[in-house]
Amino acid sequence: MAEPRRRELLDLLARGERPVGELVGALGLAQPQVSKHLRVLRTVGLVDVREDGRQRIYRLNARPLEPIHRWVGAYERAWNERFEALDEVLEEMKEQGNEDDVT
Amino acid sequence: MRTMSRSRSAVVTLPSEKEILITRDFDAPPEAVYRAYTTPELVQRWWNAKRGEVTVAEIDLHVGGSWRFAMETPDGTEVAFHGVYREIVPNERIVATEVYEGFPDGEALSTITFAPRAGGSTLTILVAHNRREHRDAHIESGMEDGLQDALDLLEEAAAGE
Repeated sequence: MAEPRRRELLDLLARGERPVGELVGALGLAQPQVSKHLRVLRTVGLVDVREDGRQRIYRLNARPLEPIHRWVGAYERAWNERFEALDEVLEEMKEQGNEDDVT
Repeated sequence: MRTMSRSRSAVVTLPSEKEILITRDFDAPPEAVYRAYTTPELVQRWWNAKRGEVTVAEIDLHVGGSWRFAMETPDGTEVAFHGVYREIVPNERIVATEVYEGFPDGEALSTITFAPRAGGSTLTILVAHNRREHRDAHIESGMEDGLQDALDLLEEAAAGE
């Protein structure tokens, strides 16, 4: 099983849903090979497919998508820590300001 | 000590496939947050997110002036951003370009808004990239668990079948 290719497929789909044709183009593989990988990924519930006219559009499945949320979550955590540090700076600025008023 | 009454937390959303929106309430008024954002000695004290040391905080605060923030993580990695100020409305809004130096092709335009609200202010940062890949690289800047790690987990799940 050519796992690196499936990994690439997931990588592409993590950035948004795509029709098969686009996946074929992006991977530079023959359509049957791409279809085979997609079938594996569908079987294990990692991707979903929907029909749009004559196109089949693939996307990552919502439940295994949780790690993707964690991905943005890590970024959010970093900002939270940053803002907590900023809160402390603001608090000190305020205290400083009050002292300045007194003197 | 400080009163920890606030239940503030930053909210990060992805309003489109090329954008990142960060929102956070503060007890301090817009002028104070603006000052903490635009004064190098103050940026030095919070921009590290307690994850390293701010090694550079350069701010040339006028339209056309440049800025550069850098921090060094405990393992010695430098995480740096720089850009140019495009619009400055003191205490209200800053529009600036922003480049994550780990991914120099991806220049974004960030709009930072300092808005008053009862008892303080709301800070919003909208980062607009030209391409989704650039936005994703930006989100992964200095992150231990990048998108790649998340995808590795997914692939492991598939390989287990």
